[in-house]
Amino acid sequence: MIQLLVRRIVLLIPVLLGILLVTFAIVHAIPGDPCVVMLGERATPEACAGFRQRLGLNDPIPVQFLRYVGNIAQGNLGTSIKDGRPVVDVLAERLPMTMELTFGAIIFAATFGVLFGVVSAIRQNSMVDVATMILANIGVSMPVFWLGLMLAYVFALTLKGTPFWIPPSGRMTSGISLTPLAEAWHFQSLPGLPTFLLSLVSNSVILHSLLIGDLPVLKDAVWHLILPSVAVGTIPLAIIARMTRSSLLEILGQDYIRTARAKGLVERLVLVRHAMRNALIPIVTIVGLEVGGLLSGAVLTETVFALPGMGTAIVTAILGRDYPIVQAFTLVVALIYVSVNLIVDLSYAYLDPRIRPQ
Amino acid sequence: MAVATEILSAEPVASRRSPFAQTLRRLLRHRSAQVGLVLLAFLASIAILAPLIAPYDPLVPLRDVQRRTPPCIHLLGCPASAPQHLMGIDGNGRDLFSRVIFGSRLSLQIGFSTITFAIIIGTFLGAIAGFLGGWIDNVIMRSMDVLLAFPSLLLAVAIVSVLGPGLINALIAISVVSIPIYARLVRASVLSVKELDYVVASRALGASPSRLLLTRVLPNSLTPLIVQGTLGIATAILDAAALSFLGLGAEPPTPEWGLMLGEERNSVFNAPHLVVFPGIAIMITVLSFNLLGDGFRDALDPRLAQKGYEAKV
Repeated sequence: MIQLLVRRIVLLIPVLLGILLVTFAIVHAIPGDPCVVMLGERATPEACAGFRQRLGLNDPIPVQFLRYVGNIAQGNLGTSIKDGRPVVDVLAERLPMTMELTFGAIIFAATFGVLFGVVSAIRQNSMVDVATMILANIGVSMPVFWLGLMLAYVFALTLKGTPFWIPPSGRMTSGISLTPLAEAWHFQSLPGLPTFLLSLVSNSVILHSLLIGDLPVLKDAVWHLILPSVAVGTIPLAIIARMTRSSLLEILGQDYIRTARAKGLVERLVLVRHAMRNALIPIVTIVGLEVGGLLSGAVLTETVFALPGMGTAIVTAILGRDYPIVQAFTLVVALIYVSVNLIVDLSYAYLDPRIRPQ
Repeated sequence: MAVATEILSAEPVASRRSPFAQTLRRLLRHRSAQVGLVLLAFLASIAILAPLIAPYDPLVPLRDVQRRTPPCIHLLGCPASAPQHLMGIDGNGRDLFSRVIFGSRLSLQIGFSTITFAIIIGTFLGAIAGFLGGWIDNVIMRSMDVLLAFPSLLLAVAIVSVLGPGLINALIAISVVSIPIYARLVRASVLSVKELDYVVASRALGASPSRLLLTRVLPNSLTPLIVQGTLGIATAILDAAALSFLGLGAEPPTPEWGLMLGEERNSVFNAPHLVVFPGIAIMITVLSFNLLGDGFRDALDPRLAQKGYEAKV
């Protein structure tokens, strides 16, 4: 396992370097003078000279790249052009929302996707199977943001006044607030990384309310997360259901399953202990691969549900030409994506001993 | 569309069918493919006949109408004195039905153009990488790995941020993020074929590398390319709609479905028809390509061909 881990990490180095190059290029590939593009109307010659000096745009490109990598290694992602805040602070504020949404969506997609897939496979060609697969096809073809709007319409307007009403937007009901973590735990100001981690935790409403035991806020936050998670999770759910069905069907046709049945094993045990264990490998892979789709979906869905996550921040930053934010957020998303793929690779080897290196 | 008519006009051959005819037969018997083809034919005719079908100009606001009026359909009890608007009026006083009809042109064009571009570049890169090997292969494929290390839509968003918002830039971005998958596919088939006897024989006969590649090696990569390309069109249409929805793609007043959704997303509670119809249009288009892609995959899969084909949902 450790040998595999090391090998995979070594293989990642060129990819990481490439990711750094691509994100570095975001600022440098802007057509025209980056100063004019970023400062817009404020781009006087003096302001531009200062701007170039501050961003080090006068240095040779390789020097700039090395400085970029060095800054990232020290946790410095630059400053936002719009309001001059360190990008790391903006990240600590926005990342938790996107992670909550992604987790909510993956829990929804994996639970129901595997469930529907298994039912379809067991009752192959039944009405349930046909219906699930038709719905799965439709589910894959829906635009995430449209589904979000439709869900908001149905659950927030049509079902208004019923117990099924779900809030259509925002992170919490307005008026509700959380005791800051530092206050609840009597923290003084912390330097560097601990502050970043603390603000990550305290900006995740669910984690925060859980830690200080504020159940009404927790309930409210989860309530607000339902519709966006369903919207983001639907496409992955459809893909997972199809994958589960086909991989389970393939395995149910194999000899060792017949042997298990022939020796009189209860069908449930055949399914759980023999078939599912092998069917899980492709399922885990597809769940992992879907994380990329989930992150993209989260970006789109946040704008629909007015959630203060990375997606809304990236879109605002692009329209406002705040390149350091675009650059840093793209980098962070790519790093998350690559790490998830690494974890998927490793869990693959864990689930299937045949894949482990000899 | 060309594919569809070609397929429909193909005569079943009684005995010893060619592989092509067998594939067509399997495709036409595949239930997903049937539905996909019918939907696609429907969409293509709407796109071609758009000026005849659409009752109004998609770009010009109508006079004497109230903005965001719900649909008025004579058959469903709307008074005959009122002008008929099948999908209602949008936020700028234009007939939504006409806009949705014209949107089909744009979406199909977007899907085909981005994927054609991606396939051409991807095939070129993949073929060179697989055929030449060595450091060229390494450089090309590692760059593809880097592109695949980003979630595709987010990379497209980042590319648009560099190029600036706009439909053409959005299309370029979507093409670029779709390239790696085709490069990988073509490289894999080139690698699997290039040492086979018939290629070696051809080389021994003095065929030039470009002739080898074009006439001996590349035809073998067509199968996965057709499958992936069809599914890729579906994704490209979704991504383009998403970029336009975010305000990074098509610009007003273009009748682009994603843009229509984006413009009217805040009226979902008071004028839901403005959000429902463009969304359904996107869904049907994407669905047709997805179903056709599934059909192609099963029809072109040699394993299924040997087993004797069963129609599946």
